[in-house]
Amino acid sequence: MSDVQDYPSSLGNAASRKFETFSYLPPLSSDNTRTQIEYILNKGWNPVIEHTEPENAGGNYWYMWKLPMFGETDVDVVLKEIEACKAAHPDNHVRLLGLDNFAQCAGAAMVIYRGKTV
Amino acid sequence: MAKQYDAGVKEYRETYWMPEYTPKDTDILACFKVTPQDGVPREEVAAAVAAESSTGTWTTVWTDLLTDLDHYKGRAYAIEDVPGDDTCFYAFIAYPIDLFEEGSVVNVMTSLVGNVFGFKALRALRLEDIRFPIAYVMTCNGPPQGIQVERDLLNKYGRPLLGCTIKPKLGLSAKNYGRACYEGLRGGLDFTKDDENVNSQPFMRWRHRFDFVMEAIQKAEAETGERKGHYLNVTAPTSDEMMKRAEYAKEIGAPIIMHDYITGGWAANTQLAQWCQDNGMLLHIHRAMHAVLDRNPHHGIHFRVLTKILRLSGGDHLHSGTVVGKLEGDRDATLGWIDIMRDSYVKEDRSRGIFFDQDWGSMPGVLPVASGGIHVWHMPALVSIFGDDSVLQFGGGTLGHPWGNAAGAAANRVAVEACVEARNQGRELEKEGKDILTNAAKHSPELAAAMETWKEIKFEFDTVDKLDVSHK
Repeated sequence: MSDVQDYPSSLGNAASRKFETFSYLPPLSSDNTRTQIEYILNKGWNPVIEHTEPENAGGNYWYMWKLPMFGETDVDVVLKEIEACKAAHPDNHVRLLGLDNFAQCAGAAMVIYRGKTV
Repeated sequence: MAKQYDAGVKEYRETYWMPEYTPKDTDILACFKVTPQDGVPREEVAAAVAAESSTGTWTTVWTDLLTDLDHYKGRAYAIEDVPGDDTCFYAFIAYPIDLFEEGSVVNVMTSLVGNVFGFKALRALRLEDIRFPIAYVMTCNGPPQGIQVERDLLNKYGRPLLGCTIKPKLGLSAKNYGRACYEGLRGGLDFTKDDENVNSQPFMRWRHRFDFVMEAIQKAEAETGERKGHYLNVTAPTSDEMMKRAEYAKEIGAPIIMHDYITGGWAANTQLAQWCQDNGMLLHIHRAMHAVLDRNPHHGIHFRVLTKILRLSGGDHLHSGTVVGKLEGDRDATLGWIDIMRDSYVKEDRSRGIFFDQDWGSMPGVLPVASGGIHVWHMPALVSIFGDDSVLQFGGGTLGHPWGNAAGAAANRVAVEACVEARNQGRELEKEGKDILTNAAKHSPELAAAMETWKEIKFEFDTVDKLDVSHK
């Protein structure tokens, strides 16, 4: 039994809270964030940034940062907006989605900055 | 001049072999692999199949002349060799759409795979593919929600979904069963699943199972902040009982239920799928008994046909085979029926065993479910083969983890996310899989332990039912 590890997750432990895709991996490095944005842009999806107070993360609608960046092809422009959103809402979760207008569904979604989880 | 009644037995090919016929856009087309008895000409056998699966019987009857059989009859319009097999041939048959009740796969299949399969002039017969015209597709209800709606309901984007079938498949009490679900869900699974054999046996009646499992879902959701589900199997002895269980699942807030569409029957399945659409429920479909029908290369119904039947009858998930796990499934053929599940237009492609163009119009797609003998080492290949729009389901590969279900679930979740991350970065998953997983395991002791546990297991038997693509 000493070889068996406990799975450390509980209602009282805020670190147990996850944020869907990539939240079981270490936070995205800045290089990795860049390549993930490139993936979204190469797919032809429209990037959109959303943020929320961590206590309201469970709903369908987070706050949309400005408008989706329709037709954007420049990774740096997207990165700049993510940073601006983060600066304006430093305690919030900030996520990036790639909206596929043909499927009418997000093709990708990932939390770029993890706020103070509750 | 009107036709005259001439009693007696006519050769089928006089009426039903029409090589000059050009199929109409509204015809239902079928491709059969026909193995005739010795000495019977191909045209005669093909015509017999067309006749016996449509308007014909063994002798002329006077009542034939009360209708316009030329409007209603099936027509054998082409014959082709089967590559690599001289014992059989392909017969292509066109059926007028007016032969069939709207929205009824039951009716279509009663004709196409009815009496004809026992016909004496045949040694064996296999229905390889059907082209459903868009005019017929539009009469069917189809999947209750579809792939995009499921993603929106569950808030899961940009990756395959993860599931786990609870084992042992039979014999757990409801409370113990709920424990197994809870542990898997809190570890990072999106779904747990009733095994197909679990209906409402004495050791675990359905209602207790539903109650305990629902508590497991709710606690795991609160703990992880993510949305979860469990496929509550509502397959039952009668469709009334099935509907009763479905209603209760909805009442307690379950997001998804499950049905076995072949053993449970297509009429029941279509009824349940329509109810799910009306009630905002997702529907997971299991395929028990399919291998009885689809595994023999010369006789039965190919799974690509059963796939089309399900998409028309209705279901949001359908088991597809894994290519890499413990169950039969040729890779190219599997890719073919995965397209049939998900895409809105599928082109004829013999290299994937697809005989006809198939237009699904705006009918939603079905998520393929890869399940059966898979574990973390298969993850790179699975993500590469199935892509994001799929459910990857690890039963033993979750529950068999040396530290238990939660750790097993976490291992699979880390592995799938690592593979998606690497794929998005442009890396080749099947080539670099080991490196990707090994790197991810540095941050996940659960994944490291899983990789150690299953490193030796492989399922490398040859496929029994191969595509007919190579000539002798």
